[in-house]
Amino acid sequence: MSRAGLVRGFDRARSSVDSGTGRGWPGGTEVAQHVLLVEDEPNIAEAIRFILTRDGWRVTHVADGLAALARVAETRPDLIILDHMLPGLSGLEVLAALRADPATAATKVLMLTARGQERDREAASLAGADGFMAKPFSNAEILAEVRAMVAR
Amino acid sequence: MRRLKRPMFLARAPYRRRRLRDAARLLPVFGAALLILPLLWADEGAERRLSSSDVIYFFALWCLLIVVAALFAPGLRSGEAAGDETD
Amino acid sequence: MPFHILVAACLAYVIVLFLVAFLAERRARRGRLGFLQSPLIYTLSLSIYCTAWTFYGAVGYAARSGLEFLTIYFGPTLVFIGWWWLLRKLVRIGRQYRVTSIADLISARFGKSNLLGVIVTVMVVIATTPYIALQLQSVVLSFGVFASETPDGVLPPDAEQTAVWVAVGLALFTILFGTRNLDANEQHHGIVTAIAVEAVVKLVALLAVGAFVVWGVAGGIGETIAKIDAANLSAWQMEPGRWTGLIFLSAAAVICLPRMFQVMVVENANEGHLARASWAFPLYLMLMSLFIVPIAVIGLERLPVGSNPDMFVLTLPLAEGQGGLAMLAFLGGFSSATSMVIVEAIALATMVSNHLVMPLWLRFSRAGARGDDLRGVVLMARRVGIVGVLGLGYAYYHFSGGSAALAAIGLIAFLGVAQVLPVLIGGIFWRGATRVGAVAGLLTGFVIWGYTSFLPSFGPGAVLSTSVFSEGAFGLAWLRPHALFGTVGLDPMIHALFWSMALNATAFFLGSVLTFPGPVERLQGAAFVNVFEGQIGPRRWAHGQAEPEELLVMSQRILGEDAALALFQAAAKAQGKAGFLPDTTPEFLGALEARLSGSVGAATAHAMLSQLVGRATVTVEELMAVASESAQIMEYSAQLESKQEELTRTAGALREANDKLMQLSIQKDAFLSQISHELRTPMTSIRAFSEILTEGGLDPETVVKYGGIIHDEAKRLTRLLDDLLDLSVLENGTVQLNLTLTNLHEMIDKALIAARQTRPERSFEIDRDPVAENVYLLTDADRLTQVFINLIANARKYCCSDHPQLRIAVRLRGGRVIVDFVDNGLGIPKDAQALIFEKFARLTDGNRAGGAGLGLAICREIMANLGGTISYLPGQGGAAFRVTVPIRLEKQAA
Repeated sequence: MSRAGLVRGFDRARSSVDSGTGRGWPGGTEVAQHVLLVEDEPNIAEAIRFILTRDGWRVTHVADGLAALARVAETRPDLIILDHMLPGLSGLEVLAALRADPATAATKVLMLTARGQERDREAASLAGADGFMAKPFSNAEILAEVRAMVAR
Repeated sequence: MRRLKRPMFLARAPYRRRRLRDAARLLPVFGAALLILPLLWADEGAERRLSSSDVIYFFALWCLLIVVAALFAPGLRSGEAAGDETD
Repeated sequence: MPFHILVAACLAYVIVLFLVAFLAERRARRGRLGFLQSPLIYTLSLSIYCTAWTFYGAVGYAARSGLEFLTIYFGPTLVFIGWWWLLRKLVRIGRQYRVTSIADLISARFGKSNLLGVIVTVMVVIATTPYIALQLQSVVLSFGVFASETPDGVLPPDAEQTAVWVAVGLALFTILFGTRNLDANEQHHGIVTAIAVEAVVKLVALLAVGAFVVWGVAGGIGETIAKIDAANLSAWQMEPGRWTGLIFLSAAAVICLPRMFQVMVVENANEGHLARASWAFPLYLMLMSLFIVPIAVIGLERLPVGSNPDMFVLTLPLAEGQGGLAMLAFLGGFSSATSMVIVEAIALATMVSNHLVMPLWLRFSRAGARGDDLRGVVLMARRVGIVGVLGLGYAYYHFSGGSAALAAIGLIAFLGVAQVLPVLIGGIFWRGATRVGAVAGLLTGFVIWGYTSFLPSFGPGAVLSTSVFSEGAFGLAWLRPHALFGTVGLDPMIHALFWSMALNATAFFLGSVLTFPGPVERLQGAAFVNVFEGQIGPRRWAHGQAEPEELLVMSQRILGEDAALALFQAAAKAQGKAGFLPDTTPEFLGALEARLSGSVGAATAHAMLSQLVGRATVTVEELMAVASESAQIMEYSAQLESKQEELTRTAGALREANDKLMQLSIQKDAFLSQISHELRTPMTSIRAFSEILTEGGLDPETVVKYGGIIHDEAKRLTRLLDDLLDLSVLENGTVQLNLTLTNLHEMIDKALIAARQTRPERSFEIDRDPVAENVYLLTDADRLTQVFINLIANARKYCCSDHPQLRIAVRLRGGRVIVDFVDNGLGIPKDAQALIFEKFARLTDGNRAGGAGLGLAICREIMANLGGTISYLPGQGGAAFRVTVPIRLEKQAA
């Protein structure tokens, strides 16, 4: 990923947080952009939460698919970071459920997978994921991807 | 053993053939009984003597058996030709 | 009447018979059987039952014993009108199995036993030879009647000479027409036709004499009846024993007499003829006996006292001056005697050649196996047999001196052949009849007949000494020939009949019940008893006219379709025929046999084809050879079959292996994917936190915390790699086992302590049985403990009960220890139970403790290496695992 893109992403994210005017939310209140993190590995979840929070995102973490769907309905996150391998409903199943519901069909979803095979990327893309990242990733990479997706 | 496919009821003709066979089987038995019957005719005490009536009885009986057998024979043969051998 | 006219008439009659036989034979050879196979001819041929004994003797019998002579005809009458019972089956068996004689039937029924054939042959020859002598005597006597009447006395007849000439003439005729051919299931059309002519002659003669006596001499029916009532014939009384006994005896004889069997069964061309004969033959008998009583009565009245009543049929017309009628009567008597002798000689000669000569010849001659030779041998044996039988008859006549002793021989012969009856009836109606039983019955009956009837017939002092008659053999009173077992007061004939038949049947029954039949015997028994239920057992070839189609079918089975078709087509072409069915010429059969020998062995091929030229060619030895060869063939085909099965099995195994490989490949994909996941997950944490730490600006607590996470994840990574390595070693079987003798109790102790590190916050209630655990195992203690740790740790990890319990139960079973680990959690769902021992088959859980899902897979591999098993036990209330391990693990060669 280019240095320029990284900077630009950073800038935009920062501006949206700092200015509070970049994006208007229903109700007009200026809030931090909300990310729902669905990840069953506690250590990975902790790492992502730390990185995004430090960048100014509001992060909610759940450990499995059912909890994720429930939380989506409540909080309407701007972005969902969804692990591929989850206990109970798998990441792909959760994604399919999200896309099937008109209320959440447009919500941006970033799929994470530890298997990192091309097949998984394709499957995620087919199921309607907006972005895809293979574990392990660098902190800068995931931050840049999150920023890029929310901006689009 | 192999007599599996035996019908419960028979058509009229095979039924008659079966009964004819029964009769044919009994014919020699009746014949034997009638041939031995004169043994029982002995008068008490008195010596039984041969008479022409004995001769006539035996030959009449003989003729009767021959005639009955002759009446049975064609029916039995046709039954055999019809091939229902189970009896 | 001039004697030379008599001789000339006799010769002319014989020449006519020759002509008839010759023409019939020629017709038959041309295939124009027509009336030769009519029911009329069949019925007339049966008339050989009426021999000279009945033609002349019946009148004498009536003169001496009143109506008793009728019993001799009542028996056959009952048998024939009851043909549906017995004769039908007899004829069917005879036709279906190409029976050549009564001895052949008995022998074939009881497993083709030649011993039985010999016994029956000998019995029958002994019983009927005197009977033949009786016929010779009657001819001689009748000649004598004319000679004594001859006024010119041109040819003083010498009785001996006459008998010799008659015997020689009969032998010649019989040989000429009886041994002409060997084929066509032993049927002799020429002879049968000649016999039919003779039957007509004797009937006409007797009826003519009878009519003359009734209407010519007595003066009508009424007069005759009156004379009957007046005659001293009527002093006779019916004796119940003799009356019924003789009816039974004559019924038995008409079935068992060799000559009757010959014309009734062997010469039978069509089963339907039997239906006609069922009433026509009794009619013939009735007509034959119609005038016996009048002739006897008038003869006694007219002829001088002391005249032989046996000759009334001749002497009455002569006395009345009816020379022509007497001549007719003479020819009738001559017919009766000759027809009987001819057929009897053929029947006996067939038996003698098939059961005595041929087996001996085949045994002592190496060349016996070749077809054409054999035909000559069989024909020669028959010819010799005919000469022998007639010679015996003559010898008997000669040595018995033609005495009155012969007169009684008729009934004695009847009783002799009747000894075959129990075995015959038992053989075709009772499957349980065995060879041993048949031999026992026949020999018993024969011996008793000989002792009580045959030998005494020569008179006291002739064969049996007078003392035997009065005091019994060896001085034992209960062995007196006419009072066996103290049965005094019986008529000798009835006495002999009762004891011989009763003991015969008893011996037959007991012998059969107490012994077990051989395989051929059982097969033949079933085939004979169930002859009406279709073909059972091996199908026989039509005698001499084997259907080429059947041969083709058989050959195809042996040679294969293409080869057989080619062989048959070539043979047909060589005969100038199109298609695949050649005529079954000897050449073709020879070629076929040679070809079949190559495939199925010589004995089988020969036995198959030799049935075409006559049963005599199949010996017991050949049958044995066939049996052993077929056994070999069966074994060979069984081997082929098992090879086939093996191929099928191999194919199945290959298919299975292929499926497994496919599955393995899929599993390998999944495995790689899983490993990737398991490796990347800790690496992700490590990388993320190390970057965070590198960027700095964190408070010291967070640094420590994140450093700890990095450390944990690194450890997890190491453990995962260790497990993978371990699994690979275990799976490849390259693991080094360190066998020691260790107490199971200690191992479980160690495992419990080690497993405490897993979720140490939970306190488990452990239920153990220290006594049962106190067992020493020779095994790799560390590895087994590793399994226990894994199981206990799993329970600690996954048992979701609030008061978790773990029960460890130990049992000994046949050199193995069974250790069960049962917790009180929810257990494992049924559909997952099959999966848990697979690699990475981690189940859904909310609190995994860093396991990579390899634990149970490793356990399974360890147990396999330790010679034991690990399995999940369903239905124990919670999760339950059973570990089975041998108490002493034998060190493997590896």
